[in-house]
Amino acid sequence: MSHAATQAAPKKSAGADYDGHLLEVDDLHVEFRTRDGVAKVINGVSYHVDHGETLAVLGESGSGKSVTAQTIMGILDTPPGFVTGGEIRFKGVDMLKQSKEARRKIRAAGIAMVFQDALSALNPVFTVGFQIGELFRKRLGMSRKEARQRAIELLDLVKIPNPKERVRQYPHEFSGGMRQRVMIAMSLALDPDVLIADEPTTALDVTVQAQIMDLLKEIQQERDMGLILITHDLGVVADVADRIAVMYAGRIVEEADCATCYRKPCHPYTIGLLNSIPRMDLKGQELATIKGLPPSLLHIPTGCTFHPRCPMAQEICRTTEPPLLDLGGRWSRCHFAEDLKNRDQEQSAIYLGDQKGLISE
Amino acid sequence: MGRYALRRLLQLIPVLFGTTFLIYWLVWSLPGNAFAGKCGPRLCEQSYIDEMRDRYNLDDPLIVQYFKYMWDMVRFDFGTTYSGEQVSEVLSTALPITMKLALVAVLIEGVIGITAGVLTGLKRGGFLDNMVLVSTLFLISLPVFVVGFLLQYLFGVKWGIIDPSVSEDPSFSELIIPGLVLASGQMAYISRLTRSSIAENNRADYVRTAVAKGLTRGRVVSVHLLRNSLIPIITFLGAEIGTFMGGAIVTEGIFNIQGVGGVVFDAVRGQEAGTVVPIVTVIVLIYLLANLIVDLLYAVLDPRIRYE
Repeated sequence: MSHAATQAAPKKSAGADYDGHLLEVDDLHVEFRTRDGVAKVINGVSYHVDHGETLAVLGESGSGKSVTAQTIMGILDTPPGFVTGGEIRFKGVDMLKQSKEARRKIRAAGIAMVFQDALSALNPVFTVGFQIGELFRKRLGMSRKEARQRAIELLDLVKIPNPKERVRQYPHEFSGGMRQRVMIAMSLALDPDVLIADEPTTALDVTVQAQIMDLLKEIQQERDMGLILITHDLGVVADVADRIAVMYAGRIVEEADCATCYRKPCHPYTIGLLNSIPRMDLKGQELATIKGLPPSLLHIPTGCTFHPRCPMAQEICRTTEPPLLDLGGRWSRCHFAEDLKNRDQEQSAIYLGDQKGLISE
Repeated sequence: MGRYALRRLLQLIPVLFGTTFLIYWLVWSLPGNAFAGKCGPRLCEQSYIDEMRDRYNLDDPLIVQYFKYMWDMVRFDFGTTYSGEQVSEVLSTALPITMKLALVAVLIEGVIGITAGVLTGLKRGGFLDNMVLVSTLFLISLPVFVVGFLLQYLFGVKWGIIDPSVSEDPSFSELIIPGLVLASGQMAYISRLTRSSIAENNRADYVRTAVAKGLTRGRVVSVHLLRNSLIPIITFLGAEIGTFMGGAIVTEGIFNIQGVGGVVFDAVRGQEAGTVVPIVTVIVLIYLLANLIVDLLYAVLDPRIRYE
């Protein structure tokens, strides 16, 4: 079973009639069957989110964070993607065992998704009013007029000025930030319990990023939604997330409370990620990077998947895959997780070689 | 949208003058004396030739001839054929028949081509996909007269379902088989064009969004996917209407349809510039208008065009 089950009893909304968490991914396995072979994209991922909670899923491109989200939504392209194991429990019910029709009805109403690039994710040939209103018309059977009215209210909710005018406009008439607001408005239409935001700010410039994150946070708290925030931007995560799950090569390599994780990351990969954030106090020095590239999922390294890039790698890392070790309310998939947890500044430097000044306390 | 339409309309003017001038100039400068051989085995009288030259203003400079001709056209005076028939009469019987045939052909082409394209584009690599690919390749490779004679023989002679040649004023149902023949080659193109367009757009992010909105598969395909995929197809079909309006000489010939194609063909063969020029002018005009409508439709389908 998932390590998550060992955690404190989850907070539930009133009247919940299920055990466990609001949304729970349990030991999920997904593979892509391509012409070049089978790529094991997700290898036993487990995470969960509850009402009012924000889980940040962190990782490089190709780490499997978006594929996990698409599998939860049931919008994974099959073929090439196939779920080969695990469960996705939403309100206690395994989504993977549901009929197509039942899953369709959960989309947008139970679990909704905000995509990365709103310009391509919105249909260019329909007005935003049509695209938002479509949810009310087709899912709730409202009239055109009612749907239009509700669309205007939603645009107002996500703080788009002049919603009555804007509702008649097309996606290309909006700026990047406004477009992402439209996307968010659309995802909120049917009042979902869980919102998955897949890199919602990646395509935006920095000032707009902050506004969008604030908006998401605010709406999440207002509506007591569970929020899964998929990102590779550590700056975004720190302000918003309650918990962080770091993914690498289709596995969760570290999971912890947001503050704990930032204060003392216990996996070399997380340490590397945190080190590669540019810092003002290290101005003039070369920016730390994680050497090498993420592994090809067609040829996953033996042992610990991170060992070819890890400055701490030992013989055991090349031969044996470490389990997700419980470090007391936090987890790390590293043979030296205990050592990392108990390290002091000096030892960090020894473990991680030239990656100096790792963690600011 | 209004300004876009107006701009497109204004663009038609230089194109119209350019094409009609070229046609006028080229057709009248065909070598040989068009009037000399009009009197059977004898040479024509000089007085007849002079009269005809005078009627078509052939002694004026070319540019003056052209504008005199255009002025007549503007007043809907299309002139007469050499045998004295009003060209407008000829047109008014031939054009509706051609229009009917073009309409039938484009409908067949659109409905069958798009349906096949959508079905195969959604499920590539399947049995249906391969079947359509092979049969379209077959259709594209066959010249239209082969398809024409084959269908005429099978339906008209062997099975006796249709008359091998249509009546003088054919009804829509008589034109189904000729329309199918006319549409056959382009139908294959349409289905392939639709197939690739659908397959490409099916991977688009907005289709994924539509699925994530919990819409039914039917709605995702028929509203979100189709609208975007049909934009290039509409352009192609519009141009097709224009082409078909120019007459389908081969198909008309096979089924003995008294359309524009046959009239123009006979006129060209008889060096009847006085008939060719006004009819071709009308065809050009129709072609340009069809293209204008396509451009406007394009802007309706794709809002991004309007603001360029």
